[in-house]
Amino acid sequence: MYYDSVILMAISRTLTELDGVEEAVVTMATDLNKELLAKVGMSTGEVEQATASDLVIAVKARDAVVMDQALTVAEQKLAKRNQDTASTEAPPRSLAGALARVPEANLVLISLPGAHAAREARRALLADRHVMLFSDNVPVAEEIALKELANQRGLLLMGPDCGTAIINGVPLAFANVVRRGSIGVVGASGTGTQEVTSLIHRLGEGITQVIGTGGRDLSAAVGGLTTMAALDALAADPATRVIVMISKPPAPAVAERVLTKLAGLGKPAVVHFLGGDPAQVESRGLVAGVTLADTAKKAVALAKGQPAVQQDNGVSTQLAAREAAGMAAGQRWVRGLFGGGTLCDEAMFLLAPVVGGVYSNVAVDPNWQLPDPLVSKEHTLLDMGDDFFTVGRPHPMMEPSLRLARLYAEAADPEVAVVLMDVVLGYGSHPDPAGVLAPAIAEVKEAARRAGRYLAVVVSLCGTDLDPQNLAEQERKLAEAGAAVMPTNAQAARLVAAILQQRNGGNNSDTKQD
Amino acid sequence: MTQNKINQLFNTPVTVVNLGTTHFGEELQKHGTPVVHVDWQPPAGGDARLLAALDRLADRPEIQAANTEAFNRMMAARPLLVDMDLAGRVIPGMGERTLLHAGPPITWERMSGPMRGAVLGAILYEGWAADLAGAEKLAASGEITFAPCHEHQAVGPMAGLVSPSMPVFVVENATHGNRAFCTINEGLGKVLRYGAYSAEVLERLRWMADVLAPALTAGIRAAGGIDLKQMIAQALHMGDECHNRNKAGTSLFIRTLAPHLVRAGVEGETLARTLEFMDKNDHFFLNLSMPFCKAVTDAGHGVPHSTLVTTMCRNGTEFGIRVSGLPGRWFTGPAQMIKGLYFPGFSEADANPDIGDSAITETTGIGGFAMAGAAAIVQFVGGTVADAFRYTTTMYEITHGENQTFTVPHLNFRGTPTGIDVVKVMSTGILPIINTGIAHREPGVGQVGAGLVHPPRQCFEQALHALAEQYGEGLAC
Repeated sequence: MYYDSVILMAISRTLTELDGVEEAVVTMATDLNKELLAKVGMSTGEVEQATASDLVIAVKARDAVVMDQALTVAEQKLAKRNQDTASTEAPPRSLAGALARVPEANLVLISLPGAHAAREARRALLADRHVMLFSDNVPVAEEIALKELANQRGLLLMGPDCGTAIINGVPLAFANVVRRGSIGVVGASGTGTQEVTSLIHRLGEGITQVIGTGGRDLSAAVGGLTTMAALDALAADPATRVIVMISKPPAPAVAERVLTKLAGLGKPAVVHFLGGDPAQVESRGLVAGVTLADTAKKAVALAKGQPAVQQDNGVSTQLAAREAAGMAAGQRWVRGLFGGGTLCDEAMFLLAPVVGGVYSNVAVDPNWQLPDPLVSKEHTLLDMGDDFFTVGRPHPMMEPSLRLARLYAEAADPEVAVVLMDVVLGYGSHPDPAGVLAPAIAEVKEAARRAGRYLAVVVSLCGTDLDPQNLAEQERKLAEAGAAVMPTNAQAARLVAAILQQRNGGNNSDTKQD
Repeated sequence: MTQNKINQLFNTPVTVVNLGTTHFGEELQKHGTPVVHVDWQPPAGGDARLLAALDRLADRPEIQAANTEAFNRMMAARPLLVDMDLAGRVIPGMGERTLLHAGPPITWERMSGPMRGAVLGAILYEGWAADLAGAEKLAASGEITFAPCHEHQAVGPMAGLVSPSMPVFVVENATHGNRAFCTINEGLGKVLRYGAYSAEVLERLRWMADVLAPALTAGIRAAGGIDLKQMIAQALHMGDECHNRNKAGTSLFIRTLAPHLVRAGVEGETLARTLEFMDKNDHFFLNLSMPFCKAVTDAGHGVPHSTLVTTMCRNGTEFGIRVSGLPGRWFTGPAQMIKGLYFPGFSEADANPDIGDSAITETTGIGGFAMAGAAAIVQFVGGTVADAFRYTTTMYEITHGENQTFTVPHLNFRGTPTGIDVVKVMSTGILPIINTGIAHREPGVGQVGAGLVHPPRQCFEQALHALAEQYGEGLAC
């Protein structure tokens, strides 16, 4: 029997490491090895008689027990057949390494820390790959340079700070499973885009491509470089028959450029500038979406060849009345705990005019900026996906339990009437957010009941029946916990407004308008 | 025009490279989208100055072209074993009292134990001193010129000592005409390259010069040029990586040379002892694979703008590299301790830091870089066959290309990763892997084990700064 000396050295080492073994040598009895054994005092008459084809297991051990153990280990090791299949390849350590291995890769998804993200994005563009840059904290000058490079090379650069995209049906970062259809979406906001695309699906239509631009694309500095490229691409895409655009209100000059472009594409378009003036859009002959939900509805109507008219989006006053009914005197505030920044913004835009102002950690109006994000004040809506809450932690969409402590704190406040939350499903999000939130919702409602109060919990649930979390199951869990589950964020906000108006004896009919 | 590629994307299945959080990669996998996750590390360890240097060298077409040129030269090289002769007679610039040694330049004062031992042995072998005390005195006197083998077209394993009256193999690159030289491997145990200088060692060296070398010379001349490239290619397919395992290469060489020895008139006991000497030394071929590699890398040295490494070597104190585009310059750092297995009775406490010119094999795309095809050798670090695959496949990330002659059957005959690129090493943070022997730190004890080692990062950091200074775009920070 021949053993490679290297294998024998490995076995020797294993034996030497056994407790109670002073020295162990497993070796073929060649002259050289016999000499070595003699030198360390481990040779015997038997060893001296052995030939180069004999195997010597020499062990210096504390006692006979250790000796037996060492010999057993040696025999096991010698008998062991190599079981590893040797087919494993280490993951590539660099973008270049990955591209060498999978040359057909056409899109690079980057979520590295900002400083490195821009470098790698540049590498990817120079390697002729499209890029989705999820990372934020990329300096604006870098963003412009990258976008110019992408445009020069005819490539798509989504982001920085791009949370969602669906390219060829592939959900990237945080994205829902939306059927293929005829609506192309360009979105500067993450959860806003998820809300619109999910609703398009729920309304029976589908999407072609969902292109994220990053939150800063329509700023004066960046000038809509990605948006313009995306609109050109959707215009040239025969599958896209309707275009949807979602953004915060752009810088005026950029709005001008983008709207002019949209008006000239020859395809019907619905534009939603969150908190912006619909007249600006309508004056160009384009359709303005009033809310995210309204945007989805109008786009679906256009895709079906129907007129994009405003629809009645009122909430059930009965539901509002029922939720308001059991509340104690002094319960009057809403506290919103959002994972989605755009959903938080939209709820603020809808609620503030009705309830007379809402504090927030992301307030547009500095007068309504919450002085301490950790302490709510009157009506407060929090974007818990904001940097303040997420530094060193996962995003609440990935880890919904991060909202639980705040939920308990708000629910314990006797002045709180309603807790408003969003649950966003889809790839990227937690596999079972309702499973995390529902028991806590049931618990705080029960605690309020024992304290002689009724706590309303309103949840806006964003997702589709194709999402991996199972939309129906998520809805059931939340509803069973006592939450009022709304299919759109706008409806959830309106329900809250209606409940608060019931509390304050306000005029119900206001809430019937969009 | 602008939307052309974007619209192409709309009509092509998406395949994603994921850089950053593994979560998004896993989600894509769940969705069924092909995705490759990158085990990303901050380039240059996140060091701002090095990053700036990297940026100044990145994506420069003239650098890419120069690297391709250097790589192509190395691939085109066809080193043949053509002759043997005395070092003092054939090695250019080898003065009378010159001793060549492994690794980057070093003074007597800074030499490690085995290197000192080998120097003393060489002095005694040359008869420049009558005894050990005289040899030590002479070595320290400044009368001896110490020079790296690498600066004289030579390479030597371990201490790598070459003295004027040692016979050396003459390897000639038939394509470019450059030559490389290396002594005959002495075998294992007490040998000069591990710093042994006892009478038995010197006796063997004299026999090698007086009996073995003339016989080999006659055979080599009769063979009329032995194609080492083809021999190495075959040895790699027989389980060697031609650095730490040379069993196949040695066998192939004996098989090739034997008839020529006979034809050249080598006979009787000389013939028998010549064949026996080669047969008893599993590493005989190392001293042929090394000058082969030296002839190849020298062919790729001195291409302006090239960032490819053409030398990696150690003198037992320092590790040194040289870069094609920066001829005449060494970039050094402390020689590292080797992680590996020890022969019976030895431990890490006995080990000398990394030593020898043999890392020229890794520089040429064999040795540690070809480990996937030499599974047996991976056990030196207590590893598995999967480790061997990982070592080789990882090296593709820091090399310019795939070897056109040396292939790994288990990787579907993929060429070995060849042409270490300083920029890629610093971009990925992956250091070359070297498969090597461990010398005892005291002179004369010999080999005590074998294992794996990396060059110190400093070599590549210095080289990167020097490259950026010489060839970088824009201003230095």
